[in-house]
Amino acid sequence: MVRIIGFFVGLGFCLVLAIAFFTGAYNHITNPPAETAEKEFHLHPKPLALESNGPFGKYDRAQLQRGFQVFKEVCSACHSLKYVAFRDLRDLGYSEAEVKAIADQWVIQQPSVNPDTGEPSTRKSLPADRFPAPFANEVAARAANNNAVPPDLSLMAKARENGPAYIHSLLTGYRDQPAELLKKFPATKTPEGLHYNPYFPNLNLAMPPPLVSDGQVTYADGTKATVDQMSTDVSAFLAWTAEPKLERRHAIGVAAFVFLLVFSVLTYMAYQNIWASKKRELANA
Amino acid sequence: MSFPWAQHYEPKHPFMRYMDERLPLPRLVYNAIGGGYPVPRNLNYFWNFGVLAGLALVLQILTGVILAMHYAANQAVAFGSIEHIMRDVNWGWMLRYMHANGASFFFIVVYIHIFRGLYYGSYKAPREMVWLLGIVIFLLMMATAFMGYVLPWGQMSFWGAKVITSLFGAIPVVGESIQVWLLGGYAPDNAALNRFFSLHYLLPFVIAGVVILKIWALHIPGSSNPTGVEVKSPQDTVPFHPYFTAKDGFGVGIFLLLYVVMVFFAPNYLGHPDNYIEANPLSTPALIVPEWYFWPFYAMLRAFTVDFILPAKLWGVLAMFSAILLLFFLTWIDRSPVRSTNYRPLYKPFFWVLVLDVLVLGYCGGSHAEEPYLMISQIATMYYFAHFLIILPIVSAIERPKPLPNSISESVLHGEEKESAPLGAGGVLPGTQPQPAE
Repeated sequence: MVRIIGFFVGLGFCLVLAIAFFTGAYNHITNPPAETAEKEFHLHPKPLALESNGPFGKYDRAQLQRGFQVFKEVCSACHSLKYVAFRDLRDLGYSEAEVKAIADQWVIQQPSVNPDTGEPSTRKSLPADRFPAPFANEVAARAANNNAVPPDLSLMAKARENGPAYIHSLLTGYRDQPAELLKKFPATKTPEGLHYNPYFPNLNLAMPPPLVSDGQVTYADGTKATVDQMSTDVSAFLAWTAEPKLERRHAIGVAAFVFLLVFSVLTYMAYQNIWASKKRELANA
Repeated sequence: MSFPWAQHYEPKHPFMRYMDERLPLPRLVYNAIGGGYPVPRNLNYFWNFGVLAGLALVLQILTGVILAMHYAANQAVAFGSIEHIMRDVNWGWMLRYMHANGASFFFIVVYIHIFRGLYYGSYKAPREMVWLLGIVIFLLMMATAFMGYVLPWGQMSFWGAKVITSLFGAIPVVGESIQVWLLGGYAPDNAALNRFFSLHYLLPFVIAGVVILKIWALHIPGSSNPTGVEVKSPQDTVPFHPYFTAKDGFGVGIFLLLYVVMVFFAPNYLGHPDNYIEANPLSTPALIVPEWYFWPFYAMLRAFTVDFILPAKLWGVLAMFSAILLLFFLTWIDRSPVRSTNYRPLYKPFFWVLVLDVLVLGYCGGSHAEEPYLMISQIATMYYFAHFLIILPIVSAIERPKPLPNSISESVLHGEEKESAPLGAGGVLPGTQPQPAE
């Protein structure tokens, strides 16, 4: 009985699937999916070699400090970094006093209340504070940015496929719309206020090119600030903000791996040893 | 417990004798996973996966209980509390990565365990209850994993929850009411998040309860084995401890080694980047996919693209649930008395096609719902149902199996199972005589 019912259930599903298959195939042949500009002109990120890549990767402290400088002087004008606190900057190699100074001198202040009147006000940041957002709320962000909200950057390097490389490619990927794209898809001309960038999924991005000229940032360590250098540095910095425990993770991972390797070898030998008596007995039988 | 020649628990230390007379817990353990449980001597490495699944469950519960101490199940702060765990809680990043990857490893282990059961006919008499309880665990795992994935309240959490719960909306007449009742609203929000957290904490303990029933049911007939021939004499078995505790120990080492590689060196490889974006009901992701372990079923759901008598969505939902529910009936669908596919020449190629088929479905389920993936998943879904409901009953009726060995020990002597212990000592240790079961 189960077999008969099952047989007909199976036949039913197969029949419906066959109808779906042939309908789909027919539609696919008679009405092939239109080519889209996104499919044809979207580029995958260029590979980016960072010190933190690979199982033994560590952050390059000097690079993170440079990246932080780019964030501070360029990105932070529009983008928040709400999951990172000033105290976390100690990981970048800054001293306690330096962190205190960075927090104190941060241009945007922390929302607060006036202790005397209870009125909303602001105060200077402390190392324990997280980075204050440049806009008070989403409406303010939209109003200032042509109706686009600049996303928070804390997790950007993990929120995109191949994050750090994506950020680097995006920052250096702005260009004029290729003529062949306009020829093939005239309707996809980049609208006013958007910017063509083949690394962005739909090719047109609200963010204007943030890194435009060499020397836009004057690095404290004297490194020559080319656009590529600044973009690489800030990508490394954002890799850190997304995964601040990476070095710890790698170090513990290596130790755990070695421990388990020894453990596995020992358990394998124990296994062979325990079963060996069984095999000897056969030889003697 | 299972065989008359099983070794008896004989406490030597006075304290253990004292305990045994009052609370015979050591005796229970001895008979369940100790020297008192005789196991076929020819088990291969595929028999490690039951223990590994148990280990994965324990890992999930341990890490999960600690994560719950720091997590906040509230729409407004859930995403932030995950980042708090990742950044501020001591070892929080490690616990969370262990928990997230632990779920994946739990499913990997259970899928291999299920395919082991399919290949070696573990669902056949007298082990039907073991198999049925296993499917119950699998369903509970899927519910637990689905609700767990919602908790970080990222984009994929939110939209995955929305898509999966909307499946209930496909049920005619009452569907929409059920969906609203399940979610506590029209879309996933705080009510849904809270109940998902509550159930996500509850269900693993239900799983643990069913695991105990499953082990109990397993110990009545004893473990199956690669020949599929039942145990006949003491020579066919060895005590679980030390022989299989040693082998499982090695299996655990390899399992943990692979687990550590993922947790520490590619912790986000199996996840979706979109889940690092906080849930936003106003912004739909370009591709909504569940976690990888649901992809085969997700592909089946999406394979139904035309309305034929019933709406396409309802067909998809029916197929997706049937794909799992039919496993409950396997014992009665497969009429072949031969358990092991090693001795089923006609069925064997179909089994491997099924394995490939499920992998293909998985790949399609993780891709965009567009051609050619739709057509491929339609063919693959067809094969999935045809395999169990049409091919299996026919093959099992017309097949002429290869001759089975007379006993496990004979097959071992002939070297049919290279990994197994050759005949010679078996469950009878020197100086012990076969004794009646307890």
